[in-house]
Amino acid sequence: MSILKEEFPVVKMDFVTAGEASAQIKRILKKLGVDAGVVRRLSIACYEAEINLVIHSEGGSLSLEVNPEDIVLISKDVGPGIPDIELAMSEGYSTASDDVRMMGFGAGMGLANMARNADKFRIESKVGEGTLIEMIFNLKQEA
Amino acid sequence: MKLGNVMEILSAKPLSSFVDLDLDVKCACSSDMMSDVLAFPKEHMVLLTGLVNAQVMRTCDMLDIRAVVFTRGKLPSAEALEMANENGISVLGTELTLFVASGKLYSGGLVGGTKDKA
Ligand SMILES: Nc1ncnc2c1ncn2[C@@H]1O[C@H](COP(=O)(O)OP(=O)(O)O)[C@@H](O)[C@H]1O
Ligand SMILES: [Mg+2]
Repeated sequence: MSILKEEFPVVKMDFVTAGEASAQIKRILKKLGVDAGVVRRLSIACYEAEINLVIHSEGGSLSLEVNPEDIVLISKDVGPGIPDIELAMSEGYSTASDDVRMMGFGAGMGLANMARNADKFRIESKVGEGTLIEMIFNLKQEA
Repeated sequence: MKLGNVMEILSAKPLSSFVDLDLDVKCACSSDMMSDVLAFPKEHMVLLTGLVNAQVMRTCDMLDIRAVVFTRGKLPSAEALEMANENGISVLGTELTLFVASGKLYSGGLVGGTKDKA
């Protein structure tokens, strides 16, 4: 049984609301009393995923599932998909436009940063269909 | 050092409604790329940037960065400032360039961020 399950829509190219879902998720986890280190790692990964939805996807959502042993964060979108995942994962690779770079994003570090911060990272993508990223964060067991 | 020392070293002015001069600052990150800031987070970090949009404050919120210095006389956008005030982020402004401001703080004893797991 999960303690909490919630989905947050993310709109493409909307830089005003970009990050609001991640901020909300961070607030929820803090309120639940989740370990500060986990909240920090998850917030970074979540924000990276949200920014990717904003700058690269046709729109999508972030969903949060808090379980007793772990937290599952899923980023899902409706396209355009990633043709070469290995290339996309490499640090420094980015297809972001100059406009996006002017906003401070598009350094090509996002996917690698998500993988680094999550305890488990899985990415699935199909061109023309969309991308799904699942990140799992283990919750420390009280001694 | 304290944020008050940072302010003094950079001859910076307060821009947010509240500036915590007593805030502990151990390291700094200078960048206009929020993507890079997100990749090298550290605790008690002050962010130096020339990027003025609201995503700067969003990034700070995500990384628990409590202080930002805008360099080269740049002023944060209205939304950025509003978000800083809402989240209690101390915002300073200096006329120095990003390079010079970074150099002065480094000489003053601040170190850089690292690539370690947050
Ligand atoms: N949700 C997504 N949909 C489509 N393409 C994506 C998505 N996320 C990432 N990508 C692709 O992977 C590349 C690398 O992503 P990332 O490491 O986050 O760097 P950046 O966002 O800075 O470009 C992006 O430039 C883009 O081409
Ligand atoms: Mg990215």
